[in-house]
Amino acid sequence: MSRATAPAWMGRPTPAVRVAKAVALTVVVALVVFPLWTVLATSLASPQDVIENGGWVVWPDEFSFDAYAEILQGGIITRALLVSTGVTVVGTALSLLCTIGLAYTLSRPKVYGGKPMLLLALFTFLFPPGMVPLFLVVQGTGLFDSYAALVLPFLVNVFNLVVMRGFFQSIPPELIDAARIDGAGELGILRLVVLPLSKAVIAVIGLFYAVAYWNRFFEAIIYFNDQTKWPIGTVLRQYVTGGASLAETSGELATASPQSVQMAVVMLATLPIVCVYPFVQRYFVKGVVTGAVKA
Amino acid sequence: MTRVRGGTGRTDPPTDETRGHAGAGRSRPSHLRRIRADRVLLAVALPGLAYFLVFHYGALFGNVPAFQDYVPFLGIGGSQWVGLAHFERMFGDPTFWNAVKNTLVIAALQLVFFFPAPLALALLLNSVVGDTIRRFVQSVVYLPHFLSWVIVIALFQQMLGGAGVVNGWLSTLGFSGISIIGNPDAYGPLVVAQLIWKECGWATIIFLAALSQVDEQQYEAAALDGAGWWRRLWHVTLPAIRPVIVLLLVLRLGEFLSIGFEQFFLQRQSVGPETGEVLETLVYFTGFANGDFGYAAAVGLFKGVIGVVLVYTANKVAHRLGEQGVYRA
Repeated sequence: MSRATAPAWMGRPTPAVRVAKAVALTVVVALVVFPLWTVLATSLASPQDVIENGGWVVWPDEFSFDAYAEILQGGIITRALLVSTGVTVVGTALSLLCTIGLAYTLSRPKVYGGKPMLLLALFTFLFPPGMVPLFLVVQGTGLFDSYAALVLPFLVNVFNLVVMRGFFQSIPPELIDAARIDGAGELGILRLVVLPLSKAVIAVIGLFYAVAYWNRFFEAIIYFNDQTKWPIGTVLRQYVTGGASLAETSGELATASPQSVQMAVVMLATLPIVCVYPFVQRYFVKGVVTGAVKA
Repeated sequence: MTRVRGGTGRTDPPTDETRGHAGAGRSRPSHLRRIRADRVLLAVALPGLAYFLVFHYGALFGNVPAFQDYVPFLGIGGSQWVGLAHFERMFGDPTFWNAVKNTLVIAALQLVFFFPAPLALALLLNSVVGDTIRRFVQSVVYLPHFLSWVIVIALFQQMLGGAGVVNGWLSTLGFSGISIIGNPDAYGPLVVAQLIWKECGWATIIFLAALSQVDEQQYEAAALDGAGWWRRLWHVTLPAIRPVIVLLLVLRLGEFLSIGFEQFFLQRQSVGPETGEVLETLVYFTGFANGDFGYAAAVGLFKGVIGVVLVYTANKVAHRLGEQGVYRA
């Protein structure tokens, strides 16, 4: 712990205060890490181990990948992971495209109809569509049983739009004028000047969209009759929090304990987020705060 | 005349050209010309705009069944009008009032216990001098925000459920297990604990940003005047971040009824509708499980309208308090 950065006036905290802070921080970190850790450990434990411990494990006696092998052999979970991946990739790309386009236009001064368009978007923050009205729109646009029902109703998020617009507005207008003098058109300015300067905000908002798509589960329940199209979140609800038995559905002789299988599903639903997170995390403060201050 | 941007680039020549034409036809052609001049920008904005028009403004028409005896087969055009019958039924319906009560109780618990938690955590993090430790803790506590409610509830079941970790420890220590999951009496505290676990860390971002803006010299001056840690917190830190606290509090009040849906949808079954039903789950279960779309739309519309009134009022209050508020209109 570097003491050097503490200004002189702060003084040295008493040992009691330092211990109290250390304990508090450790507890906070443990409260987040421990549940995730036991899930990982339980998913990797052998069936005897799980039974002996009463359904959960903190440190497996021996590591066993049976649970993962069982659910990844091409059944419901494999399919759901593929569906979620596809929806997340396509959805995030489309969302970024639409958000960047609208935010760019709204960030430029004196665009024809700019102000009404901005108000149109901002007003939706005040009155979000309810469950029944949105359902009727999805029904009306013929999106039932189509993966588009997991994407189109959530294409642009107002908050992300405002953050993006704020970021674009903070780009010095001189740069844009210079590009225009060099003969760049509006799209050229967007591609050559604005986007390269906005990597941080695009990374953060891309993550926000990706996480939202990856985590979506409820819409599949009301919009899909065909359960084979379910994304991982919906399957997770059915078999883990809903209590249905995965082993029965897969119809095979289970080699892993049901708890391990359940926790392996939780792990697989969590893993992509945990993997992407460290790479984007350093942009959070920049991305969120610029947007929040502008809004 | 307003400056017109040339769609093709190069500021000057198109401007001259535009002026020449604007002189010829006054009012209507100038609109056309401006649209033409901005056509690239407008085209780029179109997909995003279309989204808002279809899924937000189009959805406003989806509220019509609240005034109809809605039959899915007949649609909005073919269904019979019933006026305010659904609303009359709603106000006389004990299950509706039960959902209102549960929503208000949970919203109040969220306000009292969830609202101050990120502020406390932010103050703690801010007082940590070591950069490495602070960044590490921040990275860890932000993470749960990105997990879905399904995962969070699966984790809570694993930790606090009947066969969960905490019950396991209690029984090894010789206590009889207490079930927290599925216990109606513990439902309020449980859902707030889940919210704190999931969102507290993430919510510190805004407080930490505000704390980093506090003027160092004020601390120095306070310290010279003999103010200890607590007095500096009370007389410098808290007043300095007061605008942010007030703004977030006002926002929270404006969204008082928006306690969330997924979290409650996932757990309603385990405690039963008596304690587990909130307004949003009532909409789902009457509309989608029972097929009573008109009634569900009426409940949803009621909640939406109250929500708009709350946001509007909260924003007005923010302005009265001299704060920026959510929007200026």
